[in-house]
Amino acid sequence: MPDKPKVAFYWCASCGGCEESVVDLAENILAVVDAVDIVMWPVAMDFKKKDVEAMPDGSILVSLINGAVRTSEQEEMVKLLRKKSKLVIAYGSCAHTGGVPGLANQFEREEVLKFVYEDSPSTVNPQKTRPEIKVITEEGTVTLPKFFNVVRALDQVIDVDYYLPGCPPTPKLLKQALEALLSGKMPEKGTVLAPDIALCDECPRKDTKPSDLKYTEFKRPHAVQIDPNLCFLAQGIICMGPATRAGCEGVCISGNMPCTGCFGPTSRVKDQGAKILSALASQVEAKEEKEIDKILATIPDPVGTFYRYALPVSLLRKRIK
Amino acid sequence: MHGNGHKEDIRIGFYVCHCGHNIAGSLDVKSVAEYVKTLPGVAVSRDYKYMCSDPGQELVQKDIRQNKLNRIVVASCSPLLHEHTFRIAVEKGGLNPFYFQMVNIRENVSWVHTDKKAATEKAKDLARAAVQRVFSHKPLEPKHVKINPDVLVVGGGISGIHAALTLANAGKKVYLVEKSPTIGGHMAMFDKTFPTLDCAACILTPKMSQVKNHSNITLWSYSEVTKVDGYVGNYKITVKRKPRYINEELCVGCMDCIEKCVYKEGKTPDEFNAGLSKRKPIYIPFPQATPQVVLIDREACIEFKSGHCKKTCVEACDRNAIDFKQQEETKEIEAGTIILATGFKTFDADKVPYYGYGKYQNVYTSLEVERLVNASGPTSGEVILRNGKTPKMIGIIHCVGSRDKRTNRWCSRTCCMYSLKLAHLLKEHTDAEVYNFYIDMRTPGKAYEEFYDKLLEENVHFIRGRVAEVTDCAVRPEEEGKLIIRAEDTMIGIVRRVPVDMVVLAVGMEPKEDAQDVRRMFNISCSTEGFFLERHPKLAPVDTFTDGIYIAGACQGPKDIPDSVAQAGAAAAQALSLIDRGEIELEPNTAFVVQEECSGCRTCLTICPYNAISRDEEKQKAFINEALCKGCGTCVAACPSGAIKQNLFEDEMIYSEINGLLKLTSTECC
Repeated sequence: MPDKPKVAFYWCASCGGCEESVVDLAENILAVVDAVDIVMWPVAMDFKKKDVEAMPDGSILVSLINGAVRTSEQEEMVKLLRKKSKLVIAYGSCAHTGGVPGLANQFEREEVLKFVYEDSPSTVNPQKTRPEIKVITEEGTVTLPKFFNVVRALDQVIDVDYYLPGCPPTPKLLKQALEALLSGKMPEKGTVLAPDIALCDECPRKDTKPSDLKYTEFKRPHAVQIDPNLCFLAQGIICMGPATRAGCEGVCISGNMPCTGCFGPTSRVKDQGAKILSALASQVEAKEEKEIDKILATIPDPVGTFYRYALPVSLLRKRIK
Repeated sequence: MHGNGHKEDIRIGFYVCHCGHNIAGSLDVKSVAEYVKTLPGVAVSRDYKYMCSDPGQELVQKDIRQNKLNRIVVASCSPLLHEHTFRIAVEKGGLNPFYFQMVNIRENVSWVHTDKKAATEKAKDLARAAVQRVFSHKPLEPKHVKINPDVLVVGGGISGIHAALTLANAGKKVYLVEKSPTIGGHMAMFDKTFPTLDCAACILTPKMSQVKNHSNITLWSYSEVTKVDGYVGNYKITVKRKPRYINEELCVGCMDCIEKCVYKEGKTPDEFNAGLSKRKPIYIPFPQATPQVVLIDREACIEFKSGHCKKTCVEACDRNAIDFKQQEETKEIEAGTIILATGFKTFDADKVPYYGYGKYQNVYTSLEVERLVNASGPTSGEVILRNGKTPKMIGIIHCVGSRDKRTNRWCSRTCCMYSLKLAHLLKEHTDAEVYNFYIDMRTPGKAYEEFYDKLLEENVHFIRGRVAEVTDCAVRPEEEGKLIIRAEDTMIGIVRRVPVDMVVLAVGMEPKEDAQDVRRMFNISCSTEGFFLERHPKLAPVDTFTDGIYIAGACQGPKDIPDSVAQAGAAAAQALSLIDRGEIELEPNTAFVVQEECSGCRTCLTICPYNAISRDEEKQKAFINEALCKGCGTCVAACPSGAIKQNLFEDEMIYSEINGLLKLTSTECC
C-alpha cells in the first residue's frame, strides 16, 4: 500500500488513556485504517525501532505522540520520529503540557527514586537496590534508559507542529484533526486543535454563575453534595473551566465533576495555574492577610489543583530551590 | 511563544541623556550608547547632554526622517516628567507617539547608585529591556470625551458656597447639595473670625443669600448624594431629598408656625446652638438659614408620633405650606465635574475624660463657646455658665484631640488662633482672667502673629504645657467650688494648679464620620488619618486621583476660613479649566476585552475599582467602557483566559521587557 499516507502513533510517559481514545473513534477507526498506512503503534502492533530507522526522512505524514518525556529512551524515540515525519502532533495533555507525570517536577530525581525504591510503604528493598543504567553480567551488558531530572512536554524536546489537547483528547477532536490532515487543510503551525476560548463559553452551567461571586472558602468535590445544575465555582468548588481551553464540550461538567484543566490554557496564557490563581484570588472575599490565609488553606494541594496538567510548561517548570 | 513574528523592519533610535551631571556624573553614558548600538534592531544610538531641550528633541525628529526610524527609546529621567515631551517629539518626527519607550536611568540608576561601573551595567540592562519591548509596540490613538459643563458641589459650608458662587458667576450651572437643612456649615456657627474679628455671620450670610438667589445655582439642602455613576465629564448623580414636611416653594420663612406650635417651649437640643438651647419640633436652624424654610423633626413632632396633634402650625400657616404627607424625593442629575467640600467634624471631647467634659458642667467645647458669645446664641451673647454664674476665671486648653498619640497625631491648625480669638471675646464679654494652656503657639498666617501679640497685651495669661487633668478635687481653700486645671508650666518647670470657673476645650478637627462612605461613593482616596487625599500634596492639592473630581476645604485636612476659601477657588478654577477645554484626551493605556476570546466567565465584572466593566447579556461577554478605565490592569491580571488586554501593557511587551532584563532574547524564556 505505497500510496496511502503513513501514520505513526507513539507513547512516552503516559497512562495509556490516549491510546484508548484512538480506539474510542469506534466505527470511525475503520475509515482511518482504510485511509492510512499505520507504520508504528507499539500498543497495538509489532513494529521495531529498526523498521522506522530504515524509513526515509520525512516519509511519515504524521506522528501522533502522546505522553511526556522523562527518559532517554523516550527522547531518542521522539527525535527519531521527528526526523522521519513531515508533521508531529503532540497528542493529549502529557505531550501537550506535561500532564499528570509533570507533577513530578515538584521533586528532584533523587527524591523520586528514593521514594519509589526505598520509602514507599509498599516497597520491600532492604538492600536499597536501585536500577542502574548499565549492568555488566556474565551473560552480557544490560542497559536501562536514563531517568532525567525533569519531565518535559513534547515541544521542549522536539519541534511540534500541532497539539491535540485533553486527558485524553475527545474522539470528535481527533476525527476533525485527521480529516483536516488527510484533506491537507491544516491551520498555522503551532496551533492547538481546539477552540481558543475558555471552557465557560460552552459550559452547560454558564448561566448559573453569579456576577458578584465572592469566595469565603473552597470545598473539595468529594466533601459536598454537588448541585448538578449550578456553576461549580458558585458552590465554592474549584473549577478550572475559566482558565482552560474549550473543546471537550464539558464532559466532566456533564458528569457532575468540575473541570480540572486538561485542555491547558488558551493561546494567550503562558501559565495556566498562575492565571486561575490570579482570577480566584481577585474574588476572595477577605481583605486581611490572616483571613486570606484561612480561605487559601481550604485548598490542600494548590500545585495539584492549579497545575495538574501544565507544570512542565509553566513559567517555573519545576520546583526551584 | 511570541516575539519574533514581526514582519516589519524594525529600526530603533536610542538616546541616552546626560541630564547635565545628573546622569553622566554617575554612569558612563557613552558606553551605554555604544553597547545599545550592538543590539538587534537598533539603527541609531546616541548620547546627548539634555534630551528634553529643543535641540535634543529635534535630534530625535531629524533621525526619524533621515534614518527611517520607526521606534524610539530615550533613557533619561522619569516618565512622569518627560514622557509627554518625548511622545510629542516622536509625533512631530512623523511617528505614532506610542512607538516610544522611556527608560528611567536617573531616579532608578544615577541617583541611587555610587558604583559607576555597576550603575553603567544596570543602565545597559534597562536599556536592553526597553529596546526589546518596543518591537511589539503598536500605534495607538488617544480617545476624547466631551465635558458636560454643569458642576455638582457637595457640601454647603464656606468652601462649597465659595466654589459654587465662583462657578455660577462664570456662567456655569451648579448643583449645590447640602446634607443639613441650611447651608453655612461651621462658619455660620462662629461668632467672630480671626484675626480681623469681623463677625462671621456678617460676611457669610450675604454669600448664602447670593447662592439662594443665583440663577445658575440649584440649591438642594437637606439632601444627600446616594449614588455616583459615570466618568469625567459625564457623571450621573442620584440625590436623595429628605422630606422637610414643608413645601419649599410655598414657605416664606415667616416662622408663625414655630410660634404657634403646641409646644410652648422646645424640648429637642438645638443642633445649631451646639445643644446649649432647645428647639421645637417645627423649627428653622437660625434666623438667616438658607433656604429660609422651616422643617419638621418627625422624631419630636406629636402629629408624627401620635397622629392626634391639634396641628396649630397648620392653622398658623396662611400659605398652606405644611405637608405631613411629604415623601422623600429622588433626583437624578448629570454633571461633568464634581467638587467635594464636605467639611469636618470637631473632636469628640468625651474621648478625653481627664478633661472632664460631660462630667463637670462648666467644661465647654470651643464650638459651644462660639454660640455662647454670639449675640444670636442661646444666651444672647452673655457668657452665663450652666450653673447660672458669670465666670471670673477661665482656662482654655489647646490641642484637645490634636498632636496627641492617644487621640489624633495631627495639628488641627486652627485651634491656636481660635483659642486666641475666644480668649479675646471671653475677656471682652466677662472681663475674666483668661489662661491659655498651650504646647506650642502656632500662628503662621497673615496678621496671625500680630493678633497673638495683641492678645499678649490684653493681659491674657499663657502657660506653656500640656494639661494633665481638669478636676474639682480642691486641695487649697481658693480651689473650693472651682475646677482646677493641672498642668506642668514648662517655662518655669513647675506643676501648676489653676482654679477656674470655666474650662474651654479647644477641640481639633477630624474627618467627618461618613468620610469613608463618601470616598467610596465618589471613588477617591483617603489619607491614613481619613481626610480626602489630594492628587499631589504640593502640586495638585485640590485634584484627586479620579479625573473631574476635586476637593476643597477641611474635608482634605484641617484648614481655617482663608485657606478653605482659597482651596474652593482653586477647585472651581480646576473644574473651569476642564469645562472650558470642552473635551479631554484620555491616556490610551486602557484595557479592552477581545470579544471573540471572552468566554463570559464573569470573573472581571466586580473587581474593577472604577466600575468600568459591564456584561453584554445578549452576547454573554464582558465589555470595558474605555472612558471609565484608568488602566490599573486589575482585570487584565484576573482574566483567566487572557481575553483582556491592555494597551501599552500587552503580555508580549512585558515578557520582552523581562527577557531583556534577564539577557534572554525575546523568545527564550517562554
